[in-house]
Amino acid sequence: MGIPRNPLRKLMFRRLMKNKLSVAGGIIVAALFLVAVLAPVISPYNPNDIDRFHILEKPGIHHPLGTDDLGRDILSRMIWGARISLSVGFVAVGIATLIGILFGAIAGYYGGWPDMIITRFIDIMLSIPTFFLILAVIAFIGSGIFNIMAVIGFTSWMGVARLVRAEFLTLKERDYVLAARALGASDMQIIFRHIMINSMAPVLVSAVLGIAGAVLVESALSFLGIGVQPPTPSWGNILTLGKDNIEIAWWLSVFPGLAILITVLGYNLLGEGIRDAIDPRLWESERK
Amino acid sequence: MLKYLLKRLFQMVPTLIGITLISFFIIHLAPGKPTDVLADFNPKITPEARERLEKYYGLDKPVIVQYGMWLRRIVKLDFGESFSSDRRPVMQKLWDRKQPLIDRRLFITFMLNVLSMVIILLISIPIGITSATHRNSLYDRITTTTVFIGFAMPSFWFALLLMMLFGIHLGWLPISGLKSMNYAVLSPAGQVWDRVSHLILPVFIASFGGLAGDSRYMRSSMLEVIRQDYITVARAKGLTEKVVIYRHALRNALLPLITLVGLSIPGLIGGSVIMESVFGIPGMGQLLFMSVMTRDYPMIMCVLTIGAVLTLVGNLLADLGYMLADPRIRNQ
Amino acid sequence: MRKIIVFCLLLFLLATACKGRPKAVMTPLPGNGAEPPEYGDALVEGTIGEPSNLIPMLAGDAASHSVSGMIYNGLVKYDTDLSVIGDLAESWDISPDGLVIVFHLRKGVKWADGVEFTSDDVMFGFKTIIDEKTPTAYKEDFLQVKKAEAPDKYTFKVTYGKPFAPALTSWGSLVVLPKHLLEGKDITKSDMVRNPVGLGPYKLSRWTPGQELILDSYADYFEGRPYIDKYVYRVIPDSATMFLELQAGGIDMMGLTPVQYTKQTENEFYRTNFRKFRYPVFSYTHMAFNLKHPLFRDKRIRQAIAYAIDKSELVDVVLYGLGSPATGPYVPNTWPYNPDVKKYGYDLEKAKQLLKEAGWSDSDGDGILDKDGLPFTFTILTNMGNNLRKNTATIIQWRLAKIGIRVEIKALEWSTFVNEFIDKRRFEAVIIGWSIGLDPDQYDIWHSSKTKEKEFNFIGYNNPEVDALLEQGRRTFDLEKRKKAYFRIQEILADELPYIFLYVPDATPIVHARFRGIKPAPIGISYNQPKWYVPKRLQRHGMEQ
Repeated sequence: MGIPRNPLRKLMFRRLMKNKLSVAGGIIVAALFLVAVLAPVISPYNPNDIDRFHILEKPGIHHPLGTDDLGRDILSRMIWGARISLSVGFVAVGIATLIGILFGAIAGYYGGWPDMIITRFIDIMLSIPTFFLILAVIAFIGSGIFNIMAVIGFTSWMGVARLVRAEFLTLKERDYVLAARALGASDMQIIFRHIMINSMAPVLVSAVLGIAGAVLVESALSFLGIGVQPPTPSWGNILTLGKDNIEIAWWLSVFPGLAILITVLGYNLLGEGIRDAIDPRLWESERK
Repeated sequence: MLKYLLKRLFQMVPTLIGITLISFFIIHLAPGKPTDVLADFNPKITPEARERLEKYYGLDKPVIVQYGMWLRRIVKLDFGESFSSDRRPVMQKLWDRKQPLIDRRLFITFMLNVLSMVIILLISIPIGITSATHRNSLYDRITTTTVFIGFAMPSFWFALLLMMLFGIHLGWLPISGLKSMNYAVLSPAGQVWDRVSHLILPVFIASFGGLAGDSRYMRSSMLEVIRQDYITVARAKGLTEKVVIYRHALRNALLPLITLVGLSIPGLIGGSVIMESVFGIPGMGQLLFMSVMTRDYPMIMCVLTIGAVLTLVGNLLADLGYMLADPRIRNQ
Repeated sequence: MRKIIVFCLLLFLLATACKGRPKAVMTPLPGNGAEPPEYGDALVEGTIGEPSNLIPMLAGDAASHSVSGMIYNGLVKYDTDLSVIGDLAESWDISPDGLVIVFHLRKGVKWADGVEFTSDDVMFGFKTIIDEKTPTAYKEDFLQVKKAEAPDKYTFKVTYGKPFAPALTSWGSLVVLPKHLLEGKDITKSDMVRNPVGLGPYKLSRWTPGQELILDSYADYFEGRPYIDKYVYRVIPDSATMFLELQAGGIDMMGLTPVQYTKQTENEFYRTNFRKFRYPVFSYTHMAFNLKHPLFRDKRIRQAIAYAIDKSELVDVVLYGLGSPATGPYVPNTWPYNPDVKKYGYDLEKAKQLLKEAGWSDSDGDGILDKDGLPFTFTILTNMGNNLRKNTATIIQWRLAKIGIRVEIKALEWSTFVNEFIDKRRFEAVIIGWSIGLDPDQYDIWHSSKTKEKEFNFIGYNNPEVDALLEQGRRTFDLEKRKKAYFRIQEILADELPYIFLYVPDATPIVHARFRGIKPAPIGISYNQPKWYVPKRLQRHGMEQ
């Protein structure tokens, strides 16, 4: 990895662009971002405006994607829901990644008993069916959006921790790290300036895939009736509403269902593409 | 071999203790006391009765002491009594000896997960291999997209769509539950089909959702092996591509998958909450959800512990499988 | 049947539907000719929750009561017109002062195991329910009894210390237990919890946990063998799945949600294959304020909120019109209901004006009212998993935003909700429902002595006049006097608004069209279930083995 970074990035990017599926994934992800950012501008209605005279209305001119059981405009709720679903994904994955990097770095860099304790902790967390834990905690502390983000984050950091630990184990013996140490760089400097940057690629892949997972977890929680609180729209709770009206209001389940499907698919294809594009050694390190 | 097995079993103990410790603390740190729940169902419960209960569960002591007491009872496989108004031992709710095996909750969830896992492997290994050997072809792209669609589809939604299609419009398959109303009067063959037909949709959906992980892993694993020197050598020796792939490459590519299968167990068990709720299947996941919604602490702890034990045993089996399959370890 | 005052999930209420009032609506059914009753067939009812305990006095959930109601009978029951008639008691005498009731029991009634039912069984049940070791929520009525006696096998006599108006109706199905099977045992650990021996129209034949309960008809039932051989409860935890099962023929009967009743079953298929029923449930949904909270101490604030909520909108949107706006704690068209109380029509101007009078205005222009620098914002709590309540809260939130009040909604798992928030008084406002008995006594809900932790006056309501009226109402048997007391209570409540009474929902069960003999009545449809039948040619399940 001592080679200059720019050419490598260019190479990786070229490999990524060659993969049509991941390009499609990237476009989906980018489009979603745009929708989420522009929500206040492009949303035709206030997503929370109730309208008793237009309940469960079919898609039409006034409501392109129909209305829900409180007469709210589905298109607007979908657009704002993109924000919620994506921010759940991002914050949850952000938390997970931070914890994972912290634990992984400590374990990989210092080795010894910190490593032993952290690895054991990772093994333990990996053996708990985490969805059970998420369920219990959300039911007890209440299903606010921040609770959901935090709980998903705190139960999904193990993969990242493993990756980072493995990267550190291999990278810390590399020449350039040894050189930096010989030059008197502190642990922190070495960790952040030299090793961390070089181990970011696999973490990125795992984060991209993690966002997809978090979007699915949110919809599962909504299905069980413990998703984000009303009136906040999320794809999960629109879809759950659709479930109860599946035979008379197809639009309530088809649109959010497809949105989740396409989003998760997009993130996965993109993530896989990046994984393919960067060093194949990644497969090595993932394997314990 | 035996020594290794014993060592592994021994190692499982601290992990298991860690799992229960974490679960116990997370659940007990949430506000409220479990005896409040009892009092909720029985609002007129007397102070004495409550005291008796608190003492029985040791709730007057610090959480760590309570954990110690819980652990001591678990060693005797006593998970306590459910807080729901039937007050049954929680273990009995999970594994009711009065019911036939196929109607016991733990067995139902276990069976569904094993079935799904077998089907996932049976489909995803070939997909992984062929998409690796046909890398970047149209076939590769189609399978990739298909398995990811399976992963990306919210399972409860997909389940309802299929229930409507096969249960109502076509009328081919039952909608929910584990057996039909007229089960008792069916012929033995009819009974078997009745059971099987109830499992088709849940198992199909759980499997479809799980294809992505294993098949993609298989694909990358295969790709890596194909690049190795000994495969090049085998090709150079003039062996047919079939022999190269299936005799030489496959075995080595399969190895890492075994570990992945072990790791995927908690995800499958976790997903059973959704599947069992949609299909009205009385398994462990459904029981967990009900106990969470009524704050039935002993029941929750029991399900979490059993789930963890299943995972650990699964991991152990995976490791043993790895050993048996890997000549380097086997011959040591 | 019993004066139970328990919080009750609306969902379960809709599913059980055992109480009601006049004007049940029936959808027309073609081909419902007069065919003679026949024995046979099975009725499969879908239930979201699984029963937990089949001893009625120990059970807290609607599913348990629904099933145990098939297995046990009481001394008295309600007739179709809501008057009290004998069940296991053939007749009874009440002393002129109302303090003594003597029940004359039916002779020759047998428990399912062949042992004769006698006054000892009632005595045993009574002793059990008042025993402090028995964890039951229904003790209160029986603690009013000063003395109980069983002078002979067929006579049971109770003496009250003070006149107690709900006395007679309290002797429903809670206290009849087989003494010969339970005596000397810890009732909570008894086998009867899951394998009951009763004397009602059906007996439990098999219970597969999480799947189904199969009840067989009891051939020696004292009112005659029920026509339908088997009554099956199928546990299906998801309402969308249950509805698909109904369509596919997997179940014969379920409680419909409002949208299922009004939209999903309005087609040819359902009109030919099913019959729908509709009648009000004895319950009301309301928003309760924590009167100890500074925000809600001022009556004008509570009235302003009432003016800002459009109850007809709630009924139309949340219930699809299947219910009626509530004005007080009684169900319309019942004798204690006072139709002439102060009503709060939707009136934004009045609401704003009242708030202004109370000192709230939007002085910083952020759209939210404030007073002394504090914004007007509060949280509505409700329980998870109840879609109707969630929608109610969402609409109220939206409506209140229009007068500058910011509302957060928080849904909590039921026991956390009750134990951590209701019982500990840690709430600002809650949306829940009360399931009320047929007797109008609501002492536990409104009396100022009932405000301690875990008691039902959780909002801290305290009005000496209401206290006195509640006492009056339960200490006389004179219907006119009672009516006067309860009418006055409703006037006071309507003015002070400790609760905003939102709506009374309707029960909307659906039953497969092959079942005959269903006679909708004020108390619903299930009361004569043993008399339902299926003509031979239409019988579907032949499960005789």
